[in-house]
Amino acid sequence: MASQHGHASGADHQHAGHGSLKSYIVGFILSIVLTLLSFGCVMSGAVPHDLIVPGIVVFCVAQVLVQLVFFLHLSTAPGQRSNLTIGVFTVLIIAIVVVGSLWVLHNMNVNMMHPLPMTSMG
Amino acid sequence: MSSSAITANHDVIAHGADEHHDDGSKTLLGFWIYLMSDCLIFSALFATFGVLANATAGGPSGKELFDLPYVLGETMLLLVSSFTFGVAMLNMHAERRNKVIGWLFITLLFGAAFVAMEIHEFAHLIHEGAGPDRSAFLSSYFTLVGTHGLHVTCGLIWIVVMMDMLRRYGLNDAVRRRLSCLSLFWHFLDVVWICVFTIVYLRGVL
Repeated sequence: MASQHGHASGADHQHAGHGSLKSYIVGFILSIVLTLLSFGCVMSGAVPHDLIVPGIVVFCVAQVLVQLVFFLHLSTAPGQRSNLTIGVFTVLIIAIVVVGSLWVLHNMNVNMMHPLPMTSMG
Repeated sequence: MSSSAITANHDVIAHGADEHHDDGSKTLLGFWIYLMSDCLIFSALFATFGVLANATAGGPSGKELFDLPYVLGETMLLLVSSFTFGVAMLNMHAERRNKVIGWLFITLLFGAAFVAMEIHEFAHLIHEGAGPDRSAFLSSYFTLVGTHGLHVTCGLIWIVVMMDMLRRYGLNDAVRRRLSCLSLFWHFLDVVWICVFTIVYLRGVL
């Protein structure tokens, strides 16, 4: 595979931003490590219970970023800037949709699920 | 906007392979916008799952149903397929058609293995009486994971089509552009799967 890359680099010069074999391998190894860490957090039982959810969320975000950079070649390079802008905007919308839904419905569950005094609700 | 996209498309096909080097950046931008809108579909499904995660209606919960080593296997298959697709793209940029077809075929095998594992998992759950009609939790689970599985299946069909196009037409601009879109699509599905295994499976067994 390394020799393939040696041949490839000559034809590669006109394309920036599609990665090299090295960047794919780095991204792949990082992804595997982060995946194993995520599953390890939950399966090993060695991690304190309070830290499991923050841990897997951190590893999830890290792996999403790794794959965006190494596989989807998202960067701040001029050719990628519009993609990045659209991506950041999408993250904002996703945050509103997901956090908003969870927040509103959590509140509704907390405030409206009292089993007994149904009459006291306005 | 769509008419200009179509004109650009004709332009590329009419000009053939090399004299007019179109990198397809507009098509890729448009495809990226599609992917982001797909992201919004998934975010709505994730939000639904998040809201309904505890609504098991007395039925089995994720803790009783999910088999983490099995999910780890699925994850590895998808990760490897993402990497092999990357190698196919490197070969595309290096103008080696047969190697592109070969690496696409390897990607196809890993992707198909992933879909097969997922179908087996669904069949197992339904057989155990934990089908999508059992509880709101399972409805949202099947919708979210099933939507991802359908996307992967579409990706597999697209890979087969691209292998055939490569065989017939070689690496011309249109084929390159479509492969670049497919590459974005395939890596994007991997990113969605990361969120699926974290939020649905890992959080589900806690």
